[in-house]
Amino acid sequence: MNKVEINLTLNGETRSASAEPRTTLLDFLRDDLGGTGTHMGCEHGVCGACTILLDGVPVRACLIFAVQCEGLKITTVEGLLDADGRPGDLQEAFREAHGLQCGYCTPGMLVSAHALLARDPDPSDEAIREAIGGNLCRCTGYAQIIDAIRLAAANRSSMS
Amino acid sequence: MKAAPFEYQRAATLPQALAALANAGEEAMIIAGGQTLVPMMAMRFARPALLVDIHGLTDLQVIEDIGDMVRIGGTTRQADCLASPIIAERVPLLAKALPLIGHQQTRNRGTVGGSVAHGDPAAEIPLIAVALDAEIVLRKQSGERSVASGRFYDGPMSSIREPDECLTEIRFPVWTKQGSGGGRVGCDFEEVSERRGDFAVVAAAVQLKLDQGGACERAAVAVGGAAGTPVRASAAETVLIGQRLDDQTIAAAAATIDDAIDPADDSHASAGYRRRVARKLVARTIAGAAAEAFRATP
Repeated sequence: MNKVEINLTLNGETRSASAEPRTTLLDFLRDDLGGTGTHMGCEHGVCGACTILLDGVPVRACLIFAVQCEGLKITTVEGLLDADGRPGDLQEAFREAHGLQCGYCTPGMLVSAHALLARDPDPSDEAIREAIGGNLCRCTGYAQIIDAIRLAAANRSSMS
Repeated sequence: MKAAPFEYQRAATLPQALAALANAGEEAMIIAGGQTLVPMMAMRFARPALLVDIHGLTDLQVIEDIGDMVRIGGTTRQADCLASPIIAERVPLLAKALPLIGHQQTRNRGTVGGSVAHGDPAAEIPLIAVALDAEIVLRKQSGERSVASGRFYDGPMSSIREPDECLTEIRFPVWTKQGSGGGRVGCDFEEVSERRGDFAVVAAAVQLKLDQGGACERAAVAVGGAAGTPVRASAAETVLIGQRLDDQTIAAAAATIDDAIDPADDSHASAGYRRRVARKLVARTIAGAAAEAFRATP
């Protein structure tokens, strides 16, 4: 099958590569653009490990073909680093509150949490649970993840 | 878990999409949000030779109140419906079902038209369409037709849509403006699923209108996940019409559900369990809709 050229904006940078139409955005990010921060879990839209932002809203990268993303803006977990290339405040909050163990679900959790805090800086526990409801974690029991997101929100509000 | 190879064509306009479908025949499939189709392709349940991508057709991303109906364009995202004051106010039954569809990550991409066209018998939007007698608009190169939701599905994930037809619009009737006098409308939606966001094991949708005296003037009762298609429970509706909705009437309506459904055994639930849940959910949603109608201001 012929490859097609795909141009998109990844974490603020214009990127291009060629891929077959059947290539998912997830495979395109990992294999063609070298962005292995986005994790591959179930590949059929159930686990949420591959959550990324597409034009600012969280979606599953395994449920979109890369060819559909021509000209679109994508943010992955690599885009959550701070200006110096160090882990951003949300990532630090996950570390501090033990919001991860094996780390497999973490990129998806971080992106979902990032989208939540962008639209709701002071989310209720209910809103946090809803926001990460599509992200499976098999280690933490979720409690520390919720703590981490709450901590990130509190840190941001005390900074401002 | 990788899709089989296919050719890809992105439609810039609806006529372009319709032309591609007309040329390709049964080898082509339409992709909009892809939240059902992409996993089906990954699992090789679907192997289209050509994907016609309509997700960019912004003409079809519309939610419009046209008086006695609300029209929702085929590629309108589920998340946009969930955020829409028009849907909340005018099609509240749909508004109650939308949060239970998948998760925000899938609602941000998944479309209303895609869910209706795919027609999973346990999916929420097809159930609401059948409950409310929505009209489904299908367009092909040679013209357009409008199909009543009650005639649209002919089996699990199967409808009377022809391969060269594109679902362009769904029109949901608005109850509040219908009739005159002091009618009050209430609705309720409930489902049992293994986890929040999963497909329903069984779901029930009810919308009721009470007359000034508090008797049921109009009723829509439908059940999902309990047959090959969403089921309209017209026998239950007949029991409710003209009656005051006391416990006895509600129980009598729910008792008719057994004959309306044809549930299957599968890995999620037995047919017997689905029957018990269907009866219970219908009773509960009738009571919920009645309570909401009583609270409503005429």
